[in-house]
Amino acid sequence: MNLSLILVNKMHKLDFFTQKRLSFTFFVLILIGLTYATVIYTEYNVAKGFTSIPKAIRWATANFYPDAASLKKLPTILLKLRDTILMSVASATIASFCAFFVAILGAQTTRINVWFSVIARGIATLFRNIDVSAWALILLFSFGQSSFTGYFALFFVTFGFMVRVLIETIDEVSTDSVEALRATGASYFAIIAQSVIPSCLPQLVSWVLFMIETNIRSATLVGILTGTGIGYSFDIYYKSLNYHAASLVIVVIVLSVFAIEAVSNRIRRAVL
Amino acid sequence: MQSTPKIILRPWNTATVILRITIISLIVITGYAFTTFNTRGVDFWAGVDMLGSNFQALLLSPQLKNITVAVMVHDLFITIGLGFLTTIFGAAIALGFALLAAQNLSPRWLTVIIKGITAFVRAVPTVLWVLIFAVSAGLGSVAAVLGMTFHSAGYLIKAYSESFEEIDHGTIEALKASGANWWQIVFQAVLPSSATALLSWTFLRFEINFSTAIAMGAAAGAGGIGYDMFMASGYYLNLHEMGAFTYAVLAFAIVLEAGATRYKASLRK
Repeated sequence: MNLSLILVNKMHKLDFFTQKRLSFTFFVLILIGLTYATVIYTEYNVAKGFTSIPKAIRWATANFYPDAASLKKLPTILLKLRDTILMSVASATIASFCAFFVAILGAQTTRINVWFSVIARGIATLFRNIDVSAWALILLFSFGQSSFTGYFALFFVTFGFMVRVLIETIDEVSTDSVEALRATGASYFAIIAQSVIPSCLPQLVSWVLFMIETNIRSATLVGILTGTGIGYSFDIYYKSLNYHAASLVIVVIVLSVFAIEAVSNRIRRAVL
Repeated sequence: MQSTPKIILRPWNTATVILRITIISLIVITGYAFTTFNTRGVDFWAGVDMLGSNFQALLLSPQLKNITVAVMVHDLFITIGLGFLTTIFGAAIALGFALLAAQNLSPRWLTVIIKGITAFVRAVPTVLWVLIFAVSAGLGSVAAVLGMTFHSAGYLIKAYSESFEEIDHGTIEALKASGANWWQIVFQAVLPSSATALLSWTFLRFEINFSTAIAMGAAAGAGGIGYDMFMASGYYLNLHEMGAFTYAVLAFAIVLEAGATRYKASLRK
């Protein structure tokens, strides 16, 4: 405590640039110290980490590429990819639809009373701060190794995220028009239908597209945990050491992520 | 008397047409999706019915059984540590490459190459990077750190280079005119003026890496609280224990989110 006080006093006497340089050096030193402490605590093997990178590259160039035999698996892989994409779209769409109603109750502009707002925000915080992998593990208890487990895991996380961003969107976009309509004596439902929904719709669609992109990545992970979709395909080939087929799965995922990003960027540019 | 023309309240233009087409396609795809679900003999309504009692067991009576509180806290910090390490490593790598990927600091061909490679790195989900590294490094924390660092670097190179591209063009021009070299421009203008943006992106990535670290514990043998959750779910079938882990993870995630919100608010002032 004393030491830091002395340091602060000394720093005041120094000129601006030296002060800046000192505080920057401090910041970097603290980060390096924290990193070192974390390496010790997690028992992370730094040397092995570095030597593993060239090893991984050598292995990947020798074994990790799609070959002719793996191409025969392409139809099965594409079918699994379709399942994963469909699940991502369905969970993002329905969760956003539900989240919109909760966000209307939660937003300052449109809430019925403060308590609705507090409850809506609380639920959203709970849902989005539990990771999607944790949701999948929890939901395995109810739905076992079926598509429902992955669907609900993606649904809950999307729902929590969408409530938060839609509350911000409603407060940002529709405050003025809601006030104007309220002044004309419009009813609550008329205000929602004529002002809130139309003014938020482009943003809402943009966020749904964003969540579809996110969900496709999460769905791969969830698929490994619950045995569904493209994640399951990868897991099977990986565990049976069929690395050519596993790399084909990765190529397919990358291409579909690029395609979906391209489409949603197009839509976003036209709509917003 | 001439009749007044009807006022068109919502004119049809490209934006509204595309908006409607998008919404209709999303609804159609969603409807179709439910027909393709692989139920594996699981009854949907029975599952929904169980969901209520399962949530009750999860959230209202959390209880540890197979490990002690001290071990759980230790495992939580292992997960936090993995998230922290991969963020720092990723940020260090990204800082260098982002300077080479920013259009106002590098030749065009170089930015195109780096941005192309990072787009590919980001398109592959983190868990697959971890599993790829696991073939040569073995399943465990080394593979997890490498895979997560890889994906973090890809993400941060994009975020950082975009922050660099947003800084005022005049500042760089002025320094160039006064004869400053590339390093002076970077250290005197680019980094100081984008520092807050870099910090917020890095913090956001830390939040992401914390949840990814949980997932890697569950799906790729990285240890930590994710592995505990995996065991509680798949091996011990203990929802009460799962509840305790969920609260532990939730507590830290909410602390992180509150921190981020306060930081954002302090920036706005």
